Amino acid sequence: MRTQVYEIARRAIVQTIRQPALVIPPVIFPLIMMAINTGGLNAATNLPGFPADTYLDFAIAVPFLQGSLFACINAGASMARDVETGFLQRLAMTPMQRAALLIGQLGGVMVVALMSALIYIAVGFAAGMDFEAGLLGIPALLALAMLVALAFAALGAFVGLRSGSGETVQGFFPLFFVLLFLSSMSLPRPLIEQDWFRFIATYNPVSYLIEGIRSFIITGWDAEALALGFGVAIVIAAAAIAAASSALRTRLVRT
Amino acid sequence: MRRFWQVTSAVAWRSIHKVATTPALLLPSVVFPMFFFVAFAGGLSNVANVPGFDFPSGYTAFQFVFVLLQAASFGGVFTGFGIAADFENGFARRLLLAAPNRYGIIAGYAIAAAARTTFVGVLLFGVALLTGMQVGGNGVDLFGLVVLAYLTSFAATLFSAGVAMRLRTLQAGPLMQMPVFLVLFLAPVYVPLKLLSGWVHAVATVNPVTPLIETGRDFISGSPGNAGTAYGIVLTLLLLFAWWAVRGLKAAEAAGG
Repeated sequence: MRTQVYEIARRAIVQTIRQPALVIPPVIFPLIMMAINTGGLNAATNLPGFPADTYLDFAIAVPFLQGSLFACINAGASMARDVETGFLQRLAMTPMQRAALLIGQLGGVMVVALMSALIYIAVGFAAGMDFEAGLLGIPALLALAMLVALAFAALGAFVGLRSGSGETVQGFFPLFFVLLFLSSMSLPRPLIEQDWFRFIATYNPVSYLIEGIRSFIITGWDAEALALGFGVAIVIAAAAIAAASSALRTRLVRT
Repeated sequence: MRRFWQVTSAVAWRSIHKVATTPALLLPSVVFPMFFFVAFAGGLSNVANVPGFDFPSGYTAFQFVFVLLQAASFGGVFTGFGIAADFENGFARRLLLAAPNRYGIIAGYAIAAAARTTFVGVLLFGVALLTGMQVGGNGVDLFGLVVLAYLTSFAATLFSAGVAMRLRTLQAGPLMQMPVFLVLFLAPVYVPLKLLSGWVHAVATVNPVTPLIETGRDFISGSPGNAGTAYGIVLTLLLLFAWWAVRGLKAAEAAGG
């Protein structure tokens, strides 16, 4: 099992690193958006009750989620490509275990997600981010960020395996993007003025993932935010991995 | 001239028909502006309470203008994708051979982009009014805003056409999309220019799109002050990108489509 995971993970990592289009956008695009929004919305820190001194501190959590969305698309596209090219069909004739295949495949995406998360943190500190949780908060933040990336990557893998089409996976990107925008991404929920938007943001699980990551930066060790952040991420990850595993079983039977 | 119009109308009709009958092509250009409008006007409306935010028609109208100009620009970019796809599937090669006046090809694509802008713009305006947008401007002001949106659409189409005709592959998509995306978002998107801070303020001050957005907002609030500058900028961009697109057409001709 361990050898199988290693081989599949090595293939996924090499495949990912060899394609700059899979590595550069997840790192660069979220940082560009954060830089633009930080300058554009810094005035929002003057709103009564805004929880941070600078918009950078508030917004630095968002790239982690955007990076996870890219992880989702990359994992899904990679799975779909393996279906389209017949790689899975050939694997079905070997004693490869399903779990090893899934864990290994997600490994490549998780490496990029970890690399991106480290870059976001470094850029944040370079830009003057105040990190309230202290030194121990950094590994904890990385743990949550990886859990979130795993949840989204597994979702992408599920879509890729279920559809077997890279185009369908790409088509899901706007949907995930909508979930991100309809959350507490730009303003804290109590400061969202429109009731319907605050209602959607409150029931949108992405809000709690962002708020969990954000809590390390602007409030320190906030038990409620962290419990909700880790809890939501674990539930999504577990459900997505189960769904992807089931889709993989069906896919291997079909082949 | 007759031949020019024949080619223009044929290319425009084909592009419009293709987009109108292919949901995968139509939906992104409709859904994304609506989504941005909902996310910005809904989620960020409290930003209107920031000290110094003094736009008279409210935050919904403030965001409507940005999203309208964004939709107009992206209508042009999506048309550029269509041009690139036509080169990839060999249609553009046959078009170049058959067209008695090849400038009509560019004009046809530009008209198709304008039709897309019309469709999205009308939908957006309807949604904005339904969500309580206050319009302070009169009919002439709104006409000025609509003209500005069409000119922006033409400029974006000509820019994207120039890229598409030079590279002739859909892989050039990011080269059409990213510059337009960046130049739009490096303008006063969420707050007026004076409330921007840091390097974004410095860039937005010299960004040619800033006067277009500000003038659009002046139109909708009924106080068009500096419209001449905005029209001057957009017409300059139009001329510049027309030259860029024509040179792209020449490059495509030289490469044999």
